[in-house]
Amino acid sequence: MTKTFRRKLDLKSGRVDMSHGAGGRAMAELISSIFKDAFGNELLEQGNDQASFPTPAGGRMVMTTDGYVVSPIFFPGGDIGSLAVHGTVNDLAMAGAKPLYLSASYIIEEGFPLGDLKRIADSMGAAARAAGVMIITGDTKVVERGKADGVFISTAGVGVVPDGLALSGDRARPGDKLIVSGSMGDHGVAIMSSRENLTFETEILSDSAALNGLVETIVSAAGPHLRLMRDPTRGGLAATLNELAHQSDVGFRIVEDQIPIKRQVAAACELLGLDPLNVANEGKLVAVVAAEAAEMLVAAMRTHPLGVDAAIIGEAVEDDQHFVQMTTGFGGGRIVDWLAGEQLPRIC
Amino acid sequence: MCLAVPALVTELLPDNMAKISLDGVSMTISVALVKNVAVGDYVIVHVGYALSKVDPDEARRTLDLLDEARGVPLAAGGVR
Amino acid sequence: MKYVDEYRDGDRARDIAAAIAAEVRPDRSYALMEFCGGHTHAISRYGIEDLLPKNVRMIHGPGCPVCVLPIGRIDDAIRLAKRPEVTLCTYADLMRVPASGGLSLMKAKAAGSDIRMVYSSLDAIRIAEANPDRQVVFFAIGFETTTPPTAVALKTAEAKGLMNFSIFCNHVLTPVAMRAILDMPPTPDEPPIAIEGFVGPSHVSTIIGMEPYQVFARDYRKPVVIAGFEPLDVMYAILMLVRQVNEQRADVENQYIRAVRTEGNPVAIELCDEVFELRESFEWRGLGAVPKSALKLRDAFAFYDAEKRFTIETQPAEDNPACECGAILRGQKKPADCRLFGTVCTPETPTGACMVSSEGACAAHWTYGRFRTRQSDAGLRRTA
Repeated sequence: MTKTFRRKLDLKSGRVDMSHGAGGRAMAELISSIFKDAFGNELLEQGNDQASFPTPAGGRMVMTTDGYVVSPIFFPGGDIGSLAVHGTVNDLAMAGAKPLYLSASYIIEEGFPLGDLKRIADSMGAAARAAGVMIITGDTKVVERGKADGVFISTAGVGVVPDGLALSGDRARPGDKLIVSGSMGDHGVAIMSSRENLTFETEILSDSAALNGLVETIVSAAGPHLRLMRDPTRGGLAATLNELAHQSDVGFRIVEDQIPIKRQVAAACELLGLDPLNVANEGKLVAVVAAEAAEMLVAAMRTHPLGVDAAIIGEAVEDDQHFVQMTTGFGGGRIVDWLAGEQLPRIC
Repeated sequence: MCLAVPALVTELLPDNMAKISLDGVSMTISVALVKNVAVGDYVIVHVGYALSKVDPDEARRTLDLLDEARGVPLAAGGVR
Repeated sequence: MKYVDEYRDGDRARDIAAAIAAEVRPDRSYALMEFCGGHTHAISRYGIEDLLPKNVRMIHGPGCPVCVLPIGRIDDAIRLAKRPEVTLCTYADLMRVPASGGLSLMKAKAAGSDIRMVYSSLDAIRIAEANPDRQVVFFAIGFETTTPPTAVALKTAEAKGLMNFSIFCNHVLTPVAMRAILDMPPTPDEPPIAIEGFVGPSHVSTIIGMEPYQVFARDYRKPVVIAGFEPLDVMYAILMLVRQVNEQRADVENQYIRAVRTEGNPVAIELCDEVFELRESFEWRGLGAVPKSALKLRDAFAFYDAEKRFTIETQPAEDNPACECGAILRGQKKPADCRLFGTVCTPETPTGACMVSSEGACAAHWTYGRFRTRQSDAGLRRTA
């Protein structure tokens, strides 16, 4: 994370609130003020969702870790177990790595139904096999009732990077094209529709999926023209583009009409006063590629089942203020900003 | 203020409630504030309540007015 | 989305923009206030400013119930929520509004208070039914649009015989606030407000109709166009206002004929009359105390009045003196004129209410429009 996010946290009397986990600026501040100072090293400085490092035997590996606290645990299109595999595999794959091994640490609340635990573990195992990775170590803790919300899963993952591939969030250059692999906001809307306190129903399923297959297609099609990939999870496309703009010291210009969004997702967002660009995805990626390879890459992505809706949505531009600007479908211009605070339904 | 959207009434429920749909997203709302709501009506929905019915004829007329106004610059460029 | 998409059509927008450009007189400017934050949001989100001629200036009015709620009332809500027996139900919009002592409902929740976000007043009823041992208080805010749903919740609680439900009423009135803006005496250090016409909020008018705005046409000679919230509605309303100004007319016109009737919604009006009465005076952020500008529960419903059940006496609380929310809500200053804008005051760390609600003029400018002021905006460079 760059200096731009730094603002003073109130370490004396401040408390963690929900916005610190929402993927927006508040979280960036928390990470930069507390964890970066405490852990600081050059690998952490890479600022990606995974760290890439040379191995003593030669070659490069990537490592990532992630925690899953999704509520509800079972949601349309997935569950916490498959989500944990997909999220971890995707963080590795975004570096261009071939994901190999995962760990799984379960923190379980007293009273949690054993049947549900079995269902989650089976789903996690099936997702790992489908993604071609193995879960090779784990840990189990039980906490008293009320000290966890059912079950939390924390993972780590490692993978190997093909020789010569060096993807990183700081490699976007003015003129590069921005590609998304499919429709935005499906996961977040699916989750919201299954929460008790929000009374709407859709047929939208979470897009939760392992992207390593699509990534192989992308890497082989784009070759050296590929600058970086990232999966727009919490905070949605807006947060990801703002992060990348800061990391690469560029701005982005995107076109609203080019961004794939399903009608039901748009409608749910309309009802709740949310912006689909702030809504989470769990099976989509953003790729930045040299302009000359963009059309060819989109065509290649569309041959993969997880990339059929791939589209060029804009380009990187020079901008020392790192704005993500969008031409609206209406013909005007606006900024696409980080989400402020949590993603909450609005009445006004 | 007042985020509100037009949505289709798909089912009337007991206790002045109704099911609405917006492009396949459905929600149960109160229609206690609007008289004579029928399935097939569009209503303006705000904080889980219907506030008024959408009049299809007036909606058509609004679009006609918009299109009439769109003719102005063409006429201005060509005639005036 | 039927009745939505057709009013967001970019081709139509270009033509209406051309129509506005053809009708504005180059030798004069047009200062129009959109009273309602929903319009401010639409203008910013769709980039409508880019489509308007330079001499049409939109002044962002105080029509955002989150922004105008004074700190003292948020403090009251937090005090209520801190009571061990109370579950406070609130619209999510209020969660991050700054209160006294660096608090907010979000921070009070983090510190242990039982605060639930609800989408509808009926959700609060459901929570009260499910938790008979809790005192469930509904934090009711909003203009005329959001008031009838509160009344329905109260009547529902009454019908169900719910003893543990009450309402902390903060409903405010649109036309009274518009009058307060026009009646405001000029101040020596702030530029006078020269509003030549109002874009009126259609969702308010689905309830109150057209009549309450006649006073602006008749007594103040200000045209009012009740406009929908889709971007084409807003643009067409601007065209209607430009025409009125050019023709030196001052009428109340209805652009949102598809859902606003002249008489409003009689069911809702009658219900609100039954449940609510005018407060003698209510404090508005930015406007100060405005007589007869807000509602409270009638004595007949005192049982459901949280202010009586918990003996709330609102203490006045000071806004940050450097915060320009007041002048911005009155349309006298723009967000970028405030020295807190983009420095200490951002949507993550809002100082003033205009930065909290996404409808607030400052939040809308920051979130959607700040690239327009990048040259003049020193604040952005300071954070960068």
